[in-house]
Amino acid sequence: MMMTEPDASFLAPLAAPDEQAYRGLRARLAAQAAREGILDVAYRTIDTPVGELLLAATDRGLVRVAYPAQGHDAVLTTLADQVSPRVLHAPARLDAAARELDEYFARARRSFGLSLDLRLAHGFRRTVLEHLTEIGYGATASYGAVALASGSPAAVRAVGTACARNPLPVVIPCHRVVRGDGSIGQYVGGTEAKRALLDLEAA
Amino acid sequence: MTEHGPAVLRVCRAILGPADADDAWSETFLAALRAYPELRPGSNVRAWLVTIAHRKAIDRHRAMASAPVPASPVPERPSAYGIPAEPDDALRDAVRALPPKQRAAVAYHYLADLPYRQVGRLLGTSEAAARRSAADGIAALRDIYQQEKAP
Repeated sequence: MMMTEPDASFLAPLAAPDEQAYRGLRARLAAQAAREGILDVAYRTIDTPVGELLLAATDRGLVRVAYPAQGHDAVLTTLADQVSPRVLHAPARLDAAARELDEYFARARRSFGLSLDLRLAHGFRRTVLEHLTEIGYGATASYGAVALASGSPAAVRAVGTACARNPLPVVIPCHRVVRGDGSIGQYVGGTEAKRALLDLEAA
Repeated sequence: MTEHGPAVLRVCRAILGPADADDAWSETFLAALRAYPELRPGSNVRAWLVTIAHRKAIDRHRAMASAPVPASPVPERPSAYGIPAEPDDALRDAVRALPPKQRAAVAYHYLADLPYRQVGRLLGTSEAAARRSAADGIAALRDIYQQEKAP
């Protein structure tokens, strides 16, 4: 026997989100969880000229920066799987990162002094990321040059993969890696964002 | 886990008064954060959170029952000065005035979208009994709601 659901549409007002109250509760929860040491991944978003960036940090440092095209919800789910399911919206832990990124986009900062947590990159990918930080503000390097610096001159394609999977774009400057023929190459945030970052640094 | 935050808050607010509901929500998520490593992979996270909220609500009702009882609350009346009471508040009060099983069944099924099988498990009844409780609750609410909407 099929039972029909009674019409409960009049309950709709109770299902409507109370955004303001919810934000307050969420902030209180984040503060309590941080005090108890059960907040493993804090996140927030910031508005930038290249779109709304998701920032996430562990107690070791900034662990993830993500572009909108990567899907913020998908990135948070991955963090829950790979780092810890204790993921909360907690802007306070990311104040320094947000401030340094704001300064970078305002051309008031050329390098970042943030603690970084590179646990999402392993092996050769991590070696590549460490070498990317050697490419200075406003400069570029080819994928081949980065492969050489990383100790594997033939691993040009692997350098491309490491850049594409950089967990900390903008902060670890994979946008400064371009193709050997001088063309811009691909970018995790889209070529338009890469062009915007290179223009920002060139100005 | 945070994606279920709003649904759990709806449930807390339907089964508890506003201040208690907010506290129960915070306690639910703190308890969940503490216990998360023990949750089996593949578990229904929302059902698990509502279960915790359900226990927190029982604790609060129990604490209220043993606490000194304030004078019986004055029932809210529509203002005589043409200022309408908040419709949400009237509806919320009506939900909270339901018998406990009906109130919980309505909240868990209609506000948290849990299937009746899980609602029944939470209430310690069968799936069919949970469905009946929710239907009775909805029928009672519709009567109250329609009376209020009538001129």
